[in-house]
Amino acid sequence: MNSDPNPIWTLAWTFGLMSLFAVGGANSAIPEMHRVAVDVHHWMTDKQFADVFAISQMSPGPNVLIVTLIGYSVAGVAGALVATLAMCGPTAVVAYYVSRLLARSTRSRWPAIIQAALVPLSIGLMGASGLILALTSDRTWPAALVTIAAAVLAFATRLNPLWMLLAGGCLGFAGVIG
Amino acid sequence: MPPDSPPAALPAPDLPTISAPTPPGLLELFVAFAKMSLAGFGGVLVWARRSIVDQNRWMTADEFNETFALCHFLPGPNIVNLSVVFGSRFRGIPGGIAAFAGLVGPPVVIVTILAALYARYGEIDALRRILAGVSCVAVGLLLAVVLRMMMPLIVKRDLVGLLILAAVFVAIGLLRLPLPAVLLVAIPLSIAITLIVRRRMTA
Repeated sequence: MNSDPNPIWTLAWTFGLMSLFAVGGANSAIPEMHRVAVDVHHWMTDKQFADVFAISQMSPGPNVLIVTLIGYSVAGVAGALVATLAMCGPTAVVAYYVSRLLARSTRSRWPAIIQAALVPLSIGLMGASGLILALTSDRTWPAALVTIAAAVLAFATRLNPLWMLLAGGCLGFAGVIG
Repeated sequence: MPPDSPPAALPAPDLPTISAPTPPGLLELFVAFAKMSLAGFGGVLVWARRSIVDQNRWMTADEFNETFALCHFLPGPNIVNLSVVFGSRFRGIPGGIAAFAGLVGPPVVIVTILAALYARYGEIDALRRILAGVSCVAVGLLLAVVLRMMMPLIVKRDLVGLLILAAVFVAIGLLRLPLPAVLLVAIPLSIAITLIVRRRMTA
């Protein structure tokens, strides 16, 4: 499907690099994952990307495991493991050293300033994720309505998200989404 | 590192200030993080907090908030960072690895199985319809998180923050520019603006 001679290596450096730029967590890296997986490397179609996102949201564990699914679709089990370790490893090492550094000088005001500066960035990135995913999964009006309803419900109530995902699955099965 | 940090001079009367009765061992770290990870549909943070602060009392609520804030401003998946920082605080590098393995290992097995099933049966019409429905809801959930996170900025009328937010949204969401390039410009800019705004507020 893709002409890359060594897809494992491409997965490793792509996600290793991305992990260091993923400010604000996995969900804010989704536009970049979409750009890399769909537009740059043609690892999957738009529709497959939306499916993979849905599966990762239904599964237990951290949301970052969407990279496990992308890795699997590129190079099977090995691809899944390499993508996961590449996305988690570098940043885990950074986290370890920074936390040790800060443990010695907790009085510094830099962490607070950097954090305040990063908050709007990470919200903007997550907003972009929402837009890109909405464009890939909401291709009909009923689908868009389901998305809006889920957003309003999740924003206004404390309903367990799992129930909403289940309801979405039922609506889809019934053919409402189209 | 023992959790007897300096600000113990002011004992808060109501809060449980003693965090760890016994620091967790390697196996305990692995099991605790595996449990919270497997319980965490759509996000592990809530469960991490419940396990670390409420059930095991390994950290006080304040310690947990500080640790999470640190992990939030570091790049990468926050909860993965949290597992490493938390585990290594009690048991050094092996502790960090044990917590990380607990958090990521079991769900990776599950997700890999799901991926194999999807690769095999993903073209079946009923499954496609179900996934289409689930993904519509999943996108809605993500939008709700974005709204929730935006509320403090709106309440504070933080125009500068909202402007930066909008700029990043346009650059990544509409123009589809590469993330590293956008962040290399946006991060220094945002830090500089935050510094200037804070100076003005204190001056």
